[in-house]
Amino acid sequence: MSEKISTRNGFGNGLLREAEEREDFIVMDADLAKSTRGGWFRDELPERWINVGISEQDLFATAAGIAETGRPVFANTFAIFSERGFEQVRQQIARPKRNVTVVGSHAGVITGEDGPSAQTIEDISAYRGLPNMRVISPADAVEANALVTALAEDDDPAYLRLIRESVPVIHDEDDYEPEIGKGEVLRDGSDVTLIAHGAMVHVVQEAAEVLAEAGVDARVINMSTIKPIDEELIVESAEQTGAVLTAEDHNVIGGLGSAVAEVLAENQPTPMKRVGIEDEFGTSGNGLDLYDYYGFTGEDIAEAAKDLLA
Amino acid sequence: MGKSRRVKTLPGNSTSDGDLDDRIDQYRQTAQEVRRDIIEMVYAAQSGHPGGSLSAVEYLLWLYNEELNVDPANPSDPDRDRLIYSKGHACPVLYALLARYDFVDCDPNEEFRRLGGELPGHSSPKVPGVEFPSGSLGQGLSYANGQAMGADFDDRDYDVYAILGDGETQEGNIWEAAMSAGEKELDVVAIVDRNKKQNDLPVAETMEIDPLAEKFEAFRWDVWEVDGHDFGEIAEAFEEINDADGPRLLIANTVKGYPIDFMEAQPNGYHAGAITDDELDEAMEELGFDPDTVEVSTK
Repeated sequence: MSEKISTRNGFGNGLLREAEEREDFIVMDADLAKSTRGGWFRDELPERWINVGISEQDLFATAAGIAETGRPVFANTFAIFSERGFEQVRQQIARPKRNVTVVGSHAGVITGEDGPSAQTIEDISAYRGLPNMRVISPADAVEANALVTALAEDDDPAYLRLIRESVPVIHDEDDYEPEIGKGEVLRDGSDVTLIAHGAMVHVVQEAAEVLAEAGVDARVINMSTIKPIDEELIVESAEQTGAVLTAEDHNVIGGLGSAVAEVLAENQPTPMKRVGIEDEFGTSGNGLDLYDYYGFTGEDIAEAAKDLLA
Repeated sequence: MGKSRRVKTLPGNSTSDGDLDDRIDQYRQTAQEVRRDIIEMVYAAQSGHPGGSLSAVEYLLWLYNEELNVDPANPSDPDRDRLIYSKGHACPVLYALLARYDFVDCDPNEEFRRLGGELPGHSSPKVPGVEFPSGSLGQGLSYANGQAMGADFDDRDYDVYAILGDGETQEGNIWEAAMSAGEKELDVVAIVDRNKKQNDLPVAETMEIDPLAEKFEAFRWDVWEVDGHDFGEIAEAFEEINDADGPRLLIANTVKGYPIDFMEAQPNGYHAGAITDDELDEAMEELGFDPDTVEVSTK
């Protein structure tokens, strides 16, 4: 049974790790450092940490002002509240291409008990629509940790989607190096392609095992970069397997499912199924209970894949 | 702080020495020329925001000639002073000054608001000498705060000025930034162009922002207030502003569309619009120029 760590914790550790390599980057929070793990950075390097309080518009426009001076900035808040300052992100970060990573923690319904006001299911759709903005949703804590290096190094804007809940570690931290813009084939297969991001990656891995028992050989892809998406891998997988299912803790409108459908419709029309939140707001409850409720289990997704192939 | 008068003279400005009165005389004359540039630029494009550009001429001229440590030969110098032009719709005045002082070498009458032109409708950093991607009001003060924080991180001495519209202070983001600057004691100087009119109507008929000085003081800013068209008052205020530190606000009481009668008369101070041929002539006459000397066409 693998370890379970939240991607927000992986990110928090990543900031501390990267701080040993780089003295320049700044971390900002909006009164949620306790949850975003910006607080871990604050405790070690308070002189490089800024709290703007409950002011997300101020958070992102201030981050842009700092980034212009040559310092990468990680601006943390809950994913839903990053939407409060979305226009500042658009105008001050995306448009002028500032080196700011908008870190949206507690994304998706897996956020749990706080309920629908806190569970963004539209963030990827929103950020995907911004030119110059990379949209990244790591599958586990190892990936989230490792990404901090590339995000500090690259001179481009990014949205980093993290989650609250602990999820299985699927990467080997000693030799894994994520590649922004490249999907990761976790399991090869020939009958159907299962593509997911974030917390749903380990769920589709489970689905692949259920399918294997039923004689269906699934290819599993961790598509942690939703923008720019790995078009080549999507098209090649569709060619090889003939059916594509996407799964995400996000609205079926506008997220990974839509991004994959866009690629396939123009390049390799393929029967598809988008698994996600069916254009409704979430609900209050334990995050993992919610995954059962919304059909985000290995069993449910295996069923959906079989329906797709039928 | 305690800043002495800058020594460098920007190209295009003939005054480098002389006492304050001589310099002010020169600035008054230059102000009329800048106003002419603004009217021509907006007329040529048949689009743009003249009213709020005309109200900003005096304090911007003061900044460029007396306060800003900027060099057109080195527009990205990390030690440069920062002019964060947040009320960026009123960019004709900024472009007129950037052209005058050689930050840009294009003809604004050919480039402003044109497809493929060098001067976009709202000022943005793709234009040399422009710091801030404007167009969405309320964001520049936070950006200015970030620039001041950057100076602290890097131990640099540059000054940061944020130019805000008065209607712009209706945006909540301004008050988030004001709170932040006051709480963190950031060295930022903001100027509010108090021309009392906004896009649709006078500020007082929309969402009155007064008592503005008291609001900023409550947010822990020091506040000065001047007649924004009086170089003497502007000079006195900056004398004190330069001797102070922390967040400082200058409320510049101005007239939108100054000094063009038909612009001042409009409820929105001629916020935006395509200047007609007749309006062009009338404006030139009011500025003291012979309309026949205007060589600008609308394409």
